Amino acid sequence: MSNLLPTRILKETQRLMQEPVPGISATPDESNAKYFHVMILGPSESPYEGGAFKLELFLPEEYPMAPPKVRFMTKIYHPNIDKLGRICLDILKDKWSPALQIRTVLLSIQALLSAPNPDDPLDNQVANQWKVNEAEAIKTAKEWTKKYAIDSN
Amino acid sequence: MEKRSTKASSNDPKHKHDPDDEDFYLNNDDDEYDDDEDDDNDYDDYMDDTDDLEYTSSNASKYDPTPSVEIFTSQNSTVTPNSSYASTSLKNLSQSTTNQPDLSKSLTKRNIELDEEFKYEVLSPDKIVQYMTECIADVNSVLELTPTITRTLLHHFKWDKEKLMERFYDGDQDRLFREAHIVSPFRPNTYKRTTSSQSTRSSRLKEFCCEICFMQYTEDNMSGLECGHKFCKPCWREYLTTKIMDEGMGQTISCAAHKCDILVDDTSVMTLLQDPIVKIKYQHLITNSFVECNRLMRWCPAPNCSNAIKAQYFDAQPVKCDCGHVFCFSCGELWHDPVKCKWLKKWIKKCDDDSETSNWIAANTKECPKCQVTIEKNGGCNHMICKNQACRSEFCWVCLGPWEPHGSSWYNCNRFNEDDAKKARDAQEKSRHALQRYLHYCNRYMNHHQSLKLEQKLTASIREKMEEMQQHNMSWIEVQFLRKAVEVLCQCRQTLMYTYAFAFYLKRNNHSIIFEDNQADLEIAVEKLSGYLEREITSDNAVETKQKVQDKYRYCEQRRKVLLDHVHEGYDKDYWEYQEDL
Ligand SMILES: [Zn+2]
Ligand SMILES: [Zn+2]
Ligand SMILES: [Zn+2]
Ligand SMILES: [Zn+2]
Ligand SMILES: [Zn+2]
Ligand SMILES: [Zn+2]
Repeated sequence: MSNLLPTRILKETQRLMQEPVPGISATPDESNAKYFHVMILGPSESPYEGGAFKLELFLPEEYPMAPPKVRFMTKIYHPNIDKLGRICLDILKDKWSPALQIRTVLLSIQALLSAPNPDDPLDNQVANQWKVNEAEAIKTAKEWTKKYAIDSN
Repeated sequence: MEKRSTKASSNDPKHKHDPDDEDFYLNNDDDEYDDDEDDDNDYDDYMDDTDDLEYTSSNASKYDPTPSVEIFTSQNSTVTPNSSYASTSLKNLSQSTTNQPDLSKSLTKRNIELDEEFKYEVLSPDKIVQYMTECIADVNSVLELTPTITRTLLHHFKWDKEKLMERFYDGDQDRLFREAHIVSPFRPNTYKRTTSSQSTRSSRLKEFCCEICFMQYTEDNMSGLECGHKFCKPCWREYLTTKIMDEGMGQTISCAAHKCDILVDDTSVMTLLQDPIVKIKYQHLITNSFVECNRLMRWCPAPNCSNAIKAQYFDAQPVKCDCGHVFCFSCGELWHDPVKCKWLKKWIKKCDDDSETSNWIAANTKECPKCQVTIEKNGGCNHMICKNQACRSEFCWVCLGPWEPHGSSWYNCNRFNEDDAKKARDAQEKSRHALQRYLHYCNRYMNHHQSLKLEQKLTASIREKMEEMQQHNMSWIEVQFLRKAVEVLCQCRQTLMYTYAFAFYLKRNNHSIIFEDNQADLEIAVEKLSGYLEREITSDNAVETKQKVQDKYRYCEQRRKVLLDHVHEGYDKDYWEYQEDL
């Protein structure tokens, strides 16, 4: 493997820094240009509003033929995100296309926060709660946001 | 990552170029890629469009034999997933340390009576490709589409031509193409028009940015499918290689663009790819999906055999491959009359499943409360004495308390009659009974399985005896009865083996009793015949022995027929009731 970063990654990083997406920041690690420190702000009118969620994003060797690996570092109560912060999102799996970018992946994750999908759950317990008693689930999500994504920052 | 089974054709023989196949050549606007007339490999007739002279299957195996080997391995593990019914769990129970592939090898030359009515054909790897080509050409003579579109459509309908024709002419064609993930060739393609009008000298010099690598390329170096999504050729190459080599995808690779489900056609794959190894893998994947999707085709499950069987209709019938292997066309297992495919599948799964045994262990063993050694309860008495000689502590099985306060008799345990204690006891008994029933069938099944594996050894020893007898005044033809006897013996064992899979699920009724009598009868006769063949053949009493052996194998044959006829009759007349649902 060459130490030279592919043009694609260089350009993507450049663009991420120069034209940041509102509510999202992604900064490459100082020692590893394929590892990104990500921050996503909870979308307004979602139970995550006001929260700042930390994520890590890593570009595997095969990128962009293989999707980036993304994980929530901040605890979050969401039917498609499990205790370890792993995200259930089709574009991170079989629906990945090499034409997608870090930017599009992060936008999709932000959209997932606005529209949880309990029918395709990663955490069954949370998803169940979401289906049985949505009001209660949203309440819990708000509490978690306050506890882990607002206060601790 | 999805692993798909693949089938290798390591020895595609070259065949004469058929001028009729000319129609089949795919047209590609890209004049950079000329049809290679010299290339008379089957696949190239089909896949076409490659001027890569290096590329023919035969060349490629010289080029690097590794991929074929790798493909063979994956084929064996996926096409015959059930062939290892000598499950590990059973090994412990029935002492059989079996190795399934040996069995299928030893059974390959078996003469199983094949149904004359059931017509089928054995296709070698090159014949498979030829047949696929014919299917496509056949449909295309009516539909008049490009072969690659027709192939994708046929694949969508699992190679059912009639169904495709019906949908093509009776239904909404736009919907049909959409569902098959193809851009309709009949819809004016706006994108194509723009590009062709752009294809002027000036635009050829214009640079495009590839959305995958972010590099600039001239139009010549960009490529795309009918959907119009263009990427640079190196990116396409890498994308296709990842899909084919890493993910084992052939038929189902879609466009590299996000949310575009248009399938990549053969022409594009073969034009864009350069590495012959990847090309060959792709071709194998395509052939494989052709055979696997086709209800009327099945790969021969024998290891190292790359033939396929093509039948005229779908049925559970024995078929014999050119390699000698006899198997069930419907499920691919060894021919398993009288048990039906579905029950056999269930049985094999059960044999492979450890849980049955572990349940029993859970219900029938406990740990010594003092030293934690596992103790098996094997009598009705609850007064347990730890088998650990260093411990020897005495305790009550039911409450696991020390034995002393229970007094001298087991029923003194005050917990014994409590409901939960009773339930626990019943559950233990039930599970023990179920397991013993299972072991009864399983042991007999495995026993025949085991004996069948010794067939080759028996054949060798019988051959020696035949020679010996010939030295004692018997002619060659006169000693052939021994060969026949071994054949009958093995045939009967195979039948018996599968009768245990059948019987396990059978509910007791008058017919099941008749069946069990038939089974017992055949079993006794078979063991006698086996005994004769192993011990009593000597040259001293040759004439007498011959009579005895002949009588016995004829009797076995007859009993086998009676048993099978009765089971078949039962299928026709609904005699059989089952213990559980399928
Ligand atoms: Zn590119
Ligand atoms: Zn596309
Ligand atoms: Zn074969
Ligand atoms: Zn079958
Ligand atoms: Zn003990
Ligand atoms: Zn007790």
